[in-house]
Amino acid sequence: MALLKSLSARKDDLSKPENQLTFLSNGVFKKGELPLFKDKIAETGNAPLKPKKLEILQLNLGYMCNQVCSHCHVDAGPDRKEIMTKETMEQCLEVIKTTKAHTLDLTGGAPEMNPNFRWFVEEASKAGIKDFIVRSNLTIILANKKYHDLPEFFKKYKVHVVSSLPFYKREKTDKQRGNGVFDKSIKALQMLNAAGYAQPGTNLKLDLVYNPAGAFLPTNQEALQKDFKKALKEDFNIDFDNLFAITNLPISRFLEYLIASENYEDYMYALVEAYNPAAVESVMCTNTISVSWDGWLYDCDFNQMLALKVDSKVQHISEYNEDLLSNREIRISQHCYGCTAGAGSSCQGTVA
Amino acid sequence: MAKTYYNPDDLRKFGKITEWSEELGAKFFDYYEKVFEEGALSAREKSLIALAVSHVVKCPYCIDAYTKDGLQKGITKEEMMEAVHTGAAIESGATLVHGVQMMNKYDKLSM
Ligand code: SF4
Ligand code: SF4
Repeated sequence: MALLKSLSARKDDLSKPENQLTFLSNGVFKKGELPLFKDKIAETGNAPLKPKKLEILQLNLGYMCNQVCSHCHVDAGPDRKEIMTKETMEQCLEVIKTTKAHTLDLTGGAPEMNPNFRWFVEEASKAGIKDFIVRSNLTIILANKKYHDLPEFFKKYKVHVVSSLPFYKREKTDKQRGNGVFDKSIKALQMLNAAGYAQPGTNLKLDLVYNPAGAFLPTNQEALQKDFKKALKEDFNIDFDNLFAITNLPISRFLEYLIASENYEDYMYALVEAYNPAAVESVMCTNTISVSWDGWLYDCDFNQMLALKVDSKVQHISEYNEDLLSNREIRISQHCYGCTAGAGSSCQGTVA
Repeated sequence: MAKTYYNPDDLRKFGKITEWSEELGAKFFDYYEKVFEEGALSAREKSLIALAVSHVVKCPYCIDAYTKDGLQKGITKEEMMEAVHTGAAIESGATLVHGVQMMNKYDKLSM
């Protein structure tokens, strides 16, 4: 079921991060049926959770999106007006020039909808970052004529495209992301292939993100990648490089879905049961800094949506200081179980 | 006592059977885990077999568990339904093949 409006536009209680955090600490966690995340990591000797070497700088260019996917942890949609300004982008560029991170990761919403997106990509590409990622929802490429040349634009700046395609079949994709999304995504992938993405010798990388269309966890990433490769090649002659299997975290619209479908408790049980201490060692927040559209700093994109700013003297891109930030402790709550289940989950797929 | 024989929450407590017989419980779960590992059959194929058998033995816990397992493994609903039909066909075949016994007995008793 794709939605028409964001939680925020519906003025839903869950649009407020503090309400989500309260919910995640009540119920089975308050009753003591399931352990709090902080107790769990203490029990397995993984506390306190601290950052390691910074590798990824992830910038959220805004919550505006052409889609309103039912599982979206950003609560993105056409009705969201929060967009990174050019001024904040300039502050980000200063940081990109000096950061020790080897990967720059642009996300949203649909980052391409930011009016300064192209200017920013051009400027950022001059900084000599090793891996420059744009997270594209694919349908944006076909949403409007002005986006049709995005594959060529990405190619020009050697952008590494990471795209979400929840399944290699139409029905499940459309249920989660909206009618017609599957066909448009297929078309967009073919356009990226035609531009040279995921083709031998071009060095243009195209990865796909899979996240389960429902209240269940992703299975073995390699097995899924094999299934996706085979189906997309046979049915649509599409090539891609890697598939990242990502667990849906119980926040924002996915939390809304879990509650409404009466799957919340079972889902939390499944996450806690699949807790893997080895995954804790390399959760995303240990090597990432997430920057919001308005320049605030977070341990990860999920904490950004929960308004949990970094626990550091430095909290804004305008006063960015990598050394100071590396001393912080990561802010956690029960949503973190989504990153530590099974083989773990991050924006780059499994971690353990 | 609960008012129904089956309670969905009980599935989560399956592991507790070990508490009343540590040795047998542990042996069972070791065996169970081993069976479902990738082998000559893929974990995917085994999941579909488990789903079919779950229906034949009519275990609501197993049906819940292997429907979810199938979704996790990317098994489509068409594949799941075909597996259920496979189980059902064998089960009805097993019933019907006894029709031969009925026919034999009928003939034997009849003049
Ligand atoms: S495309 Fe991505 S950002 Fe946009 S609504 Fe869907 S999940 Fe959210
Ligand atoms: S949700 Fe964020 S803070 Fe929590 S474990 Fe995952 S990456 Fe770390």
